Amino acid sequence: MIRSTFSSASLRVSAGFAAGAVLLFAVAPAALSDFRLGLLAKYLCIAMVAVGIGLAWGRGGLLTLGQGVFFGLGGYAMAMHLKLTDAGPGQLPDFMQLYGQLDELPAWWRPFASPYFALPAIVLLPMIVAFGLGSLVFRRRVRGAYFAILSQALAAAMAIFLIGQQGTTGGTNGLTDFEGFFGYDLDDPINQRMVYFIIAGTLLALLLLTRQLIRSRYGELLVAVRDSEERVRFLGYNPANVKLVAYVVAAGMAGLAGALFVPAVGIINPALIGIVPSIEFVIGVAVGGRATLLGPVLGAVAVAWAKTALSEQFPAAWTYLQGLLFIVVVAFLPGGLASLITLARRRFRRTSEESTAVGKPPSPAPAAAEEVAA
Amino acid sequence: MVILSQLFTGVSIGAVLLLIALGLSLTFGQMNVINMAHGEFIMAGAYTVYVLQQSITDAGLSLLVALPVAFGVTGVLGVILEFLLIRRLYTRPLDTLLVTWGVSLVLQQAARDVFGAPNVQTRAPDLLTGNVHIVGDLVLATNRLFILGLALAAVVVLSGVLRFSSLGRRIRAVVQNRDLAAVSGIPTGRVDRLTFFIGSGVAGVAGVALTLLGPIGPTMGTNIIIDAFLVVVVGGIGHLKGSVIVAFVLGVLQSMIEYSTTVSVAKVGVFIAIVAFLQWRPQGLFTLRTRSLA
Repeated sequence: MIRSTFSSASLRVSAGFAAGAVLLFAVAPAALSDFRLGLLAKYLCIAMVAVGIGLAWGRGGLLTLGQGVFFGLGGYAMAMHLKLTDAGPGQLPDFMQLYGQLDELPAWWRPFASPYFALPAIVLLPMIVAFGLGSLVFRRRVRGAYFAILSQALAAAMAIFLIGQQGTTGGTNGLTDFEGFFGYDLDDPINQRMVYFIIAGTLLALLLLTRQLIRSRYGELLVAVRDSEERVRFLGYNPANVKLVAYVVAAGMAGLAGALFVPAVGIINPALIGIVPSIEFVIGVAVGGRATLLGPVLGAVAVAWAKTALSEQFPAAWTYLQGLLFIVVVAFLPGGLASLITLARRRFRRTSEESTAVGKPPSPAPAAAEEVAA
Repeated sequence: MVILSQLFTGVSIGAVLLLIALGLSLTFGQMNVINMAHGEFIMAGAYTVYVLQQSITDAGLSLLVALPVAFGVTGVLGVILEFLLIRRLYTRPLDTLLVTWGVSLVLQQAARDVFGAPNVQTRAPDLLTGNVHIVGDLVLATNRLFILGLALAAVVVLSGVLRFSSLGRRIRAVVQNRDLAAVSGIPTGRVDRLTFFIGSGVAGVAGVALTLLGPIGPTMGTNIIIDAFLVVVVGGIGHLKGSVIVAFVLGVLQSMIEYSTTVSVAKVGVFIAIVAFLQWRPQGLFTLRTRSLA
């Protein structure tokens, strides 16, 4: 018998993606003003980082508190290219002329003038850094909280490093005031919409990629490493390589997100990539449901939206709320909001079963959802 | 001479790191818990000095009173945190990290609401504001000497307690093998709470020390806590001596790189040095020998 390729699960996923695509590409651009759409573009960039964290942390158990580093590498690579294009060939970017510390372009800036270097660098630079750190650290079985602290220290070091290099990186101010985006004027609202569409499309593509990864043999192995690294090792696999792939993929996604953040928001600076923003990426993932595919996206967008809505009017209340989110969600709802849906569905199913088949012994309590265990 | 004074700067950075890392290595070693709110306990200790100085005008006396009071205040904060949240999260150390980060956000905002967002200045006793001339132009600041002495005293007292007291024996037993300690009749829950009291209390003492170095503010804890965690990670858990050695080495390393380049390069340099070191000893400088695989 031929196995049907159109199982109900894959049908449901396809329907979900179609609905998401309609929402992102048709409903949102029609319903939202230019300003709101710009904000949504920013949230979607954060959601891209969240997809990667969901893979590395939710599926692989790697709590990476330094995604801001990779976000920043991608962002700075894009920003440097845009700055050089704005300045024109042979000219210094405006901020370098302003600070007046340099007579000519530093050597490491030069390759970024070419889009053929800058565009691949957006993804490859973060992946190379993640590969370097990850292969050193995972191979020596530095894990758990130790890895989390190291990744956080990397974010701190990177932010402090950038602040110190005022002349070549813009220091605290970062890079800003971009005029064009590959020949399109960024001040034009139409082009801002185009940037939004690129971001929405990229996010959907990343989601598809992640879904394939999760459902592959590799995805199974990743969850196995998370739940019992030693058993996987005894089975003959090398857990270090399994983790490394997840970490590097997550880094690439964060780099891409940072690069698209730059034309959408118009700035990249150390305050966007240090310890605090890095850990803020994580809270959205935790709220949505760390081990699910869509949970991190929805959680990240919701938290980012709440931050914009609340932090301007009630900054103090927002900090309290953010702190409480960390406490309540992580301590008491580790599966995030997604686990509430699973729970509700299970309860609904059980009550309907009980009403149809009275007298049937209750099914054994379902094991705690595999996603929840961390 | 420059090298010597730079060395002293490094040692005094190390002393501050050590005071902070001592408490961390106790709580991290005991319960495998990364307490991100430790930095805010430091802040609470610093604000204790500020509050006490509202009623005690003599700077020296207020400092002396503040040391035990801060120890008690932050110790109690630690016990509350342990009782309400951390003990529910035993099996999920990574989640504890995120939960305590949430606690630290709440505590920071609380400090902002109570004391205001701008930094406040405390008064240091005259004795601790001057310099000591050793030889030639080698000048040591007395406040930094005081902190160095305080850190060393804390190490001596803590290791004495751990080695000789019955509480210390119980703490070491639980760190080495929790299950075996429990079946031997040690109330592990109560030992956890006491360890948390002491570890958090030391954070309060560190906060008092930090008031001597500059103004204090709601975010003072976050800036220094990551370095202190690195000290514990590199030093290894379960032994105080690892933290002691690594704190001073990191402090000196940082001040030396800073002297030859810049602060920002020093941070990156120290990070690379740490990753390189972990290649050699992934579990830290000193490790407890156990048979567990994890």
